[in-house]
Amino acid sequence: MEDLKLELKKNIITVLNLEDLKPEDIDDNAPIFGDGLGLDSIDALELIVMFSKEYGIKLTDPKEGKKIFISINTMADYITAHRTV
Amino acid sequence: MAPPSPILSTCKIANGRIVVDGTVLFEADGADFQAFAKAAYQHLGIAYPKFYKMDCLSKLAFLAAEILLGGHPEVIAGNGPAVVFANRSSSLDTDVVFQQSIADPENYFPSPAVFVYTLPNICVCEISIRHQLKSANYFFILDTFDSDFLQTFAEDLMASAKAEYVLCGWVECFGNAYTATMWLTGGGMPADFARDASLQQFEK
Repeated sequence: MEDLKLELKKNIITVLNLEDLKPEDIDDNAPIFGDGLGLDSIDALELIVMFSKEYGIKLTDPKEGKKIFISINTMADYITAHRTV
Repeated sequence: MAPPSPILSTCKIANGRIVVDGTVLFEADGADFQAFAKAAYQHLGIAYPKFYKMDCLSKLAFLAAEILLGGHPEVIAGNGPAVVFANRSSSLDTDVVFQQSIADPENYFPSPAVFVYTLPNICVCEISIRHQLKSANYFFILDTFDSDFLQTFAEDLMASAKAEYVLCGWVECFGNAYTATMWLTGGGMPADFARDASLQQFEK
């Protein structure tokens, strides 16, 4: 699980161009939207694309995202349970 | 006809060099625009992480505008300066990147973050968001850089009281070929007259 979290952080930094951040700067429990990483709605769409491309998870209901894209921990839990690649 | 407005400041970015009012402000290897833009951003000490998310055209326009508006904070008061930009390639540089992301049906992952930059005037939006501008803005697609056209358009805006200042510029970017020629104009009086008037004030 720790390997997945590290990979996830690296993917988020790359996909969302968070060039000022390093994986160790991202707290596993901290909210990634709002005051956390300061992500916006376009970033949320990019995360949906990343889930599909990197983990074979297709999110079709936007409401699902609100429960998944809370923190690194919630994302890693969902990927572990639903990944197809 | 109203007298021409003064050019308050100019900024040119091309070939790895940023020149402001005729003086080199920053110089680096300019072969790779993304690397050059990042180096310039860091050199200028800008703290605006969204810069990293922008496409090349927006980064180019943002850097030039940051320098000009940063040197003249007085023009941002009120609604801020109108923005009148032009280029030849529109957003083609980003259009190509987006097209590549959807070209292969077996590897079809259109990027929302790329798609939002497939319009040239988004670079104006980025500047407006950064400086909280609520002013009129225009983006023309022209065959060649025509400073007279842009300045005349700016003069008309100011003569019709739609703007007190105008940020004008040619921002062209395609591949690693990039040029921004931007200037800030306005203030109501031609340069010589403004200087004379301020001297008269001083003498009183």
